Amino acid sequence: MRGLAVTIELTLLSMLCASTLAIMMAFGRSYGKQPLPFIALIYEKIFRGIPLIVIFILVYFGLAQIGILIDAFSAAIIGLALHSTAYQIQIYRSAINSIPEGQVIAAQSLGMSKLQAIRYILLPQMLRLSIPGWSNEFTIILKDTSIAIAIGVVELMRQGRYVIVREPSVALYILLVVALIYFIFVFTINRGLSYLEKRYHISGLEITKAR
Amino acid sequence: MPMLDVKNIHKSFETTEVLKGISFSMEKEETKVIIGTSGTGKSTLLRCLNQLDPPDEGEVWLDGEELTNPSIDINRIRQKIGFVFQDFNLFNHLTALRNVSIGLEKVKQLNKEKARERAMDELKRVGLEKQINQYPAQLSGGQKQRVGIARALAMDPDIILFDEPTSALDPELIGDVLDVMKSLYGKVAMLIVTHEMGFARNVADEIIFMEGGVIVEKGPPKQMFQSPTKQRTKEFLGRIATLYGAE
Amino acid sequence: MATSMFFEFLLDSLPKLLDGLQVTFLLTIVAILAGFLIGVTLALGRIYGNKIISGICIGFIEVIRGTPLLVQLFIIYFGLASIGLVFSPIQAALFGLSLNSSAYQAEYLRGSIQAIPSGQMVAARTLGMTKIQSIGTIVLPQALRISIPAWSNELIYLFKYTSIAYLIQVRELTAEGQIIASRNFRYVEIYLIIALIYLIFTFIISEIVDRAEKRFHVPGLGVPKRASWLRNT
Repeated sequence: MRGLAVTIELTLLSMLCASTLAIMMAFGRSYGKQPLPFIALIYEKIFRGIPLIVIFILVYFGLAQIGILIDAFSAAIIGLALHSTAYQIQIYRSAINSIPEGQVIAAQSLGMSKLQAIRYILLPQMLRLSIPGWSNEFTIILKDTSIAIAIGVVELMRQGRYVIVREPSVALYILLVVALIYFIFVFTINRGLSYLEKRYHISGLEITKAR
Repeated sequence: MPMLDVKNIHKSFETTEVLKGISFSMEKEETKVIIGTSGTGKSTLLRCLNQLDPPDEGEVWLDGEELTNPSIDINRIRQKIGFVFQDFNLFNHLTALRNVSIGLEKVKQLNKEKARERAMDELKRVGLEKQINQYPAQLSGGQKQRVGIARALAMDPDIILFDEPTSALDPELIGDVLDVMKSLYGKVAMLIVTHEMGFARNVADEIIFMEGGVIVEKGPPKQMFQSPTKQRTKEFLGRIATLYGAE
Repeated sequence: MATSMFFEFLLDSLPKLLDGLQVTFLLTIVAILAGFLIGVTLALGRIYGNKIISGICIGFIEVIRGTPLLVQLFIIYFGLASIGLVFSPIQAALFGLSLNSSAYQAEYLRGSIQAIPSGQMVAARTLGMTKIQSIGTIVLPQALRISIPAWSNELIYLFKYTSIAYLIQVRELTAEGQIIASRNFRYVEIYLIIALIYLIFTFIISEIVDRAEKRFHVPGLGVPKRASWLRNT
């Protein structure tokens, strides 16, 4: 089950990178000075328009071709993070936009600087509002890690394939087990995060829940 | 030298000139009420004072400092100018207590315990000691606005600007808020934009009547209500009397 | 690389890439349509079916949405082969993508159906319509209109996710790129071109669907903007 550990590592690390990057870009897009919003917008358009597998190949083989050698695992994290960031920007942005502008004005009239207003007033509200979108994204990244097989990362899926190559007759059985593992994880994450959502719920602070 | 001195403020939004040269001044602990029809620049004026909407022209002086000077640290100045909003603008993710204490902690750099104590005092002062742990969504409009006032008071401002503090409230909740404001009379300077004529008449030291971006007339309540000198003021007060019932 | 060489290279590889693009389109179009038909059935089954039917639909939707597309394709292509059910790569990809998309489309549709006030159904029934008539003539047409934005997202995802079929040896766009690049090791050039092709078409698709949305707009039948930021696949 070494593949499973790799899958989890991939998911967590790329989620971490992507969330950080996306939160900064989301604030950049909503509150930054030009050209920050423009850069964020272009970034979003490009990485939303290219399949993950193409991003993987560009990062892994492309960087190698121009002389930067990185291992497949790092390439997978970079690829997943770049891709997911483009989607997460939207999650954080709609959360930011649903916070009334008056909140920032009130913070400023207390004497807070713009950065303080973002840090103490906007950020905490935004993070809570983003939980549903964020948990959705989490499960997507988990599922997308399977695509890292394309550049040879030995994660859950590839591990499964090794076994199949050795014993082709049990392919179906092995693959069903792999599917079950993913399913359990996705299910657990969804449950766990909706618990989190209820736990940190503040009355009157909610976004119309999608789905 | 007056505490607050406003000199010839002009402000335009795109092509419309909203403020066309406003000048007035206020002393320490004085209460002034600005009245006038909607859309006549009263709220804009308040926002010009604490530089949320910096004026295009003119000067604002507070305690001998020029706020309209671009090099001034406006965040330091805004601590001295409380602001109470029409739609409250409470921080939705914080309890009533934290709404009041967050400015003390993050801007005034008080430690948590001190900030908490001070916030408690202010909430008691506005009669909300039972609601300290509730979130804004769990409070009534009147309670929200009293939290808003407590939040402004906690910063020890020299002056509090009230931007139609009771306009978003149900009629039966207005009284509580006005009572709190009355209780502040003489303790802190207040500049209040409101349509509550009864309140203006009983509490204000001076009434300023604005229309079309200029101050038409100002004076003590008695003179303004009984013998206004300008025709416009007479008409406005007459209309208000029919609208809100004669006092 | 000199510009002229680059163009030569581009001209050499373009025919192959266009072949691949055709396969990509085939996969996308078949999967979105088949997925739509299955998806409508699933959504209606889930909402209006009896306990057993509804349970089966929920189970199917959750399993598909809870597992990666790649695993599903592997099960169909390698897994079923091991018990004697052999599909060609393209058959397996069409089958897998359609099933995958149907689960997501079913969920969008369910959201839209549930967004329609129950009074609509009641009003239809008081006119004497049967339950099936009410669903077919009143609820479903409204729900479909509301689903257009989500549906357009799905179309773009599908277009991009057909690239995964490359991993079960389908010769679509990404696979053709791999074949060319493995011969001359020009991964950067070839995959930048491929990225550009995907970008252009995702852009075109979203433009077309935007127009369609405006075209089929009915006053007052607003699309709640809420889910636009959620991605599905």
